[in-house]
Amino acid sequence: MPVQYTSIIEEHQAVRNNVGIFDISHMGQLLVTGPAAAEWLNTMLTNNIDKLEVGHGQYTFLLNERGGIIDDLIVYRIEGQMFLLVVNAARTDQDFAWLDRHRAKDVDLKDRSASFGGVAIQGPRMVELFRTLFGKDVDPPGRNHIVDLPFDGTSVSVARTGYTGEDGVEVFFRAEDAAKFWNAALEKGKAFGIRPCGLGARDTLRLEVCYPLNGSDLSPERNPIEAGLGFFVDLTKPNFIGREVVSKTKENGSPENLVAFRMQAKGPPPRPHYPVFDNSERVGEVTSGTLSPSLNYGIGMAYVSAPHAKIGTRIDIEIRGQKFPATIEKKPLYKKS
Amino acid sequence: MNVPDDLLYTESHEWIKREGDNVRIGITDHAQSELTDVVYVELPKMDRQANAKEAIAVVESVKAASDIYAPVKGTVVEINKALEADPGLINREPYGQGWIFVLKIDNADDLKQLKDAAAYKKQIG
Repeated sequence: MPVQYTSIIEEHQAVRNNVGIFDISHMGQLLVTGPAAAEWLNTMLTNNIDKLEVGHGQYTFLLNERGGIIDDLIVYRIEGQMFLLVVNAARTDQDFAWLDRHRAKDVDLKDRSASFGGVAIQGPRMVELFRTLFGKDVDPPGRNHIVDLPFDGTSVSVARTGYTGEDGVEVFFRAEDAAKFWNAALEKGKAFGIRPCGLGARDTLRLEVCYPLNGSDLSPERNPIEAGLGFFVDLTKPNFIGREVVSKTKENGSPENLVAFRMQAKGPPPRPHYPVFDNSERVGEVTSGTLSPSLNYGIGMAYVSAPHAKIGTRIDIEIRGQKFPATIEKKPLYKKS
Repeated sequence: MNVPDDLLYTESHEWIKREGDNVRIGITDHAQSELTDVVYVELPKMDRQANAKEAIAVVESVKAASDIYAPVKGTVVEINKALEADPGLINREPYGQGWIFVLKIDNADDLKQLKDAAAYKKQIG
């Protein structure tokens, strides 16, 4: 996926107002099968697999022994003992190696990334486009559900999910069907104002709704509690890798928290690694930042020391030696009016 | 891509227009199209002295922050305040209202180091 096809701002607005399509073929797709698949995955992932019915997906984490985040991913239950893990492109090999190293008996693990592709179709006009592609009487699956649907002589998997804060689907298909599906969606999407969108718009869209980006906001040095994502960790499960550390962090609180902030005035956009100050004291560091095309203000996320993590706290972002005031805000930073 | 024949250019995508003892500087059409969506410009301070290839301004798009360099040694004598309210001028009129600053040059001979339009066209392919 390129950073942009035409303009990040135009692509961003297409997704907020109409519909956009992203090539997500780079994302990793791992298949876990076997009689012990569910039981084993529950020891590897933080969320509770037992709550997943066939055809449903959940957001979850793969943690190391220190509770640090190796990857954030969506796991779908395709059949009773068959699971599809959609993981971050840059982590696919690492995830696979980690899972393989801890693999239990009666569990089969396969990386199908190279033979499968995918697109994300996102925006308020997604449903109209979906019906044009799959049939006017076909409904898209429910939120976080995944279904197989026939498409032009082949079969594709459609999941109602996304990374933009808009209604959307992610469609997975065999690599040889990628061009066919992409071209059809672009052609039929013309009537709804579709735009092909790149990584740049993906970043501004996800940051406005405070979805974390692995490698920026999440890392093996941070656990889900620090990142404010404890909701996706089920501590009632007796055993999963990283549980002890996460449980302790939840009990004792973490020294730093991932917060969302907004610049108070127009100025240079915040960017990753800019230092965060409370007067002369350095209290944190920006992990993601941009100019929000929807709000027309600089926005971002940062890890700041716990006493400064409260909503409404005034902070300064240091940009090229100069301090610019910002406020810690409630997540998400952008909400559809 | 528009590369006017009557301007000089740098490898780092600034254009230079000779105006007597001064030079007016901006970024090329190619540069603005690569950056797209300029959202902020940090102008140099008036009267600032700069060496050739010294970073003295910053142009920020949604995508990234890019340094703008003094093409030759000189002193800043004019800055384009209009960019503070409307940074998009750089995208819309890179060679016109989107200029960034004017340098009074120390030594006119320094301009000989810069590229002409043909050489710059070759650089950007």
